[in-house]
Amino acid sequence: MSVELIAYGCFFLTVALTYAIMCLGLNLQWGQTGLFNVGIAGFVAIGAYVSALLTTPDTAGRLGGFGLPMAVGWLGGALAAALVSYLVGRLTIRLRADYLAIATFGIAAAVQLCALNLEPVTGGPFGIGFIPRPFAAEAGNPLLFSLLNLALLVIVVLLLYLGLERLVRSPWGRVLRAIREDETAALALGKSATRFRLQAFAIGGGIMGLAGAAQAHFIGFIAPENYLPMLTFQVWAMLIVGGSGNNRGAILGAVLVWGIWAVSAALIAAVFDPAQQARAASLQIAIIGVAICAVLLLRPQGILGEIRTISRHLPSRAGKAQTAESRPE
Amino acid sequence: MPDVDQNQAQASLTPAAAEGAVLVEAKDLAIQFGGLRAVDGMSLSLHRGEMLGLIGPNGAGKTTLFNLIAGNLRPTEGRILIGGRDVSAEGADQRIACGVGRTFQIPRPFSEMTVLENVLTGRQDQAGERIWMNFLQGARVAREERQAVGKARALLDFVTLSHLENEPARVLSGGQRKLLELARILMAEPTAILLDEPAAGVNPTLLEVIIERIRRLNADGKSIFLIEHNMEMVARLCSRVVVMAAGRHLTEGTPRDVARDPAVIEAYLGTAA
Repeated sequence: MSVELIAYGCFFLTVALTYAIMCLGLNLQWGQTGLFNVGIAGFVAIGAYVSALLTTPDTAGRLGGFGLPMAVGWLGGALAAALVSYLVGRLTIRLRADYLAIATFGIAAAVQLCALNLEPVTGGPFGIGFIPRPFAAEAGNPLLFSLLNLALLVIVVLLLYLGLERLVRSPWGRVLRAIREDETAALALGKSATRFRLQAFAIGGGIMGLAGAAQAHFIGFIAPENYLPMLTFQVWAMLIVGGSGNNRGAILGAVLVWGIWAVSAALIAAVFDPAQQARAASLQIAIIGVAICAVLLLRPQGILGEIRTISRHLPSRAGKAQTAESRPE
Repeated sequence: MPDVDQNQAQASLTPAAAEGAVLVEAKDLAIQFGGLRAVDGMSLSLHRGEMLGLIGPNGAGKTTLFNLIAGNLRPTEGRILIGGRDVSAEGADQRIACGVGRTFQIPRPFSEMTVLENVLTGRQDQAGERIWMNFLQGARVAREERQAVGKARALLDFVTLSHLENEPARVLSGGQRKLLELARILMAEPTAILLDEPAAGVNPTLLEVIIERIRRLNADGKSIFLIEHNMEMVARLCSRVVVMAAGRHLTEGTPRDVARDPAVIEAYLGTAA
């Protein structure tokens, strides 16, 4: 296999893993807690912009950058997105599912418009460039560079996965699922639905912010058009295809859907002449839509489906059974 | 009045009921839904250790009264006191901390969770319900969880559902769901339990189990407040019965006295009867 192919494979997987992070955040919000967030792009954008501002070198005519280390940027991006999620949650978490969806959609649109118009902070339509890339010193060696980047993302995803698994299999995760299934009954058992929902929403939003930061640093450049509702749609498609309520499904779905996306882009480039390609690109969305329909028809619980999550403190025999049907939601 | 003649079973007056201190008190409760006052100036008190019945024709406002006492609804007027403290403005999730638990007329199991997990959810003050504890004090969380599992299994045994502990709650029958709900609220160790029609739709065999379990809980010191249409069950269990009609307190007394009260008969059958 040629070096270029391996490097491309690494590149592809690294990008897919940044989506996997978003998907893990959404799985906590929707898969575990039943919070219908259709403003994913907004929270991802906050993480990306905050991290970019914190880590880029000082730029004339724009706030910052502060030239801080990349880890500070990632952490700052995640915390900022978590904070915004928390504040948004305080205002909207009591809303019924459909209203929460409208509210989050509006917030994402507002974030995107801010990114577009707050030129002194975000660089406006030109975005922010020269975002420091991990392992930039190795950029001369494409194979090593892409392998190191992939390794970094694998570690981040793995840590997140382990942390989230620990949480969803804890009494905390059990309360989330109880609230998702029947809020009134959970209240009668003394569980403050608002508090737990807010926690899940803020953590999920923070994870999306982390994904935004990771993606921004990997690509090295961000612009407002990266954070259109299309991104939200993609992440939802990934979770539905992989299996809502299942962290492994979230990761698998991200890789698969990103694969479909990348392959269909290559196919469109090969099949259509350049004059038609911009229009033909819409086919990508159609293909993802067909994939979602196919999964919903053939395997409504997603490829992996929700694992009946039991406390990790219980004997494992209880935890292995998979639910046969999808949740009636 | 349904089945009056069959209610010759003696109302067993629990000794504690007579002098027990007031545990839950409703004072002039009212709630307005648009033009309807579903509960209209209702007062009653549940004494410590007592088994109190609440009866009344359909639409009398019994479940609404329960929802008010359990905090699921906020009263338009009046107050709710638990242990002498005014809790009228507190939410449903704070009632269990005051020692008051409830079940629902139509059972509300967490359908996709296992029977055992349903019961575990009732546990109060778990360290593992705080996010950081799961990372910083894993051993404590695990220890508490083991204790909780032991207790949950004992409760499932108590309600005869042990054999179903790993099944999702959605597979349970209506009567089993009522039993599961009872075990789940017992996990929270309430001092008073509001039971909303525990006998409705339950087959006779399971009904005996439910009656016997409620009796045992009361004997163990739990105060029980019971809505029930099955007068035989009310007569067998309750020492005192409150009758509600049209959102108001109609009368109260022993099951036998209440069953003979002309006002009660009229409320059930209407003036034309």
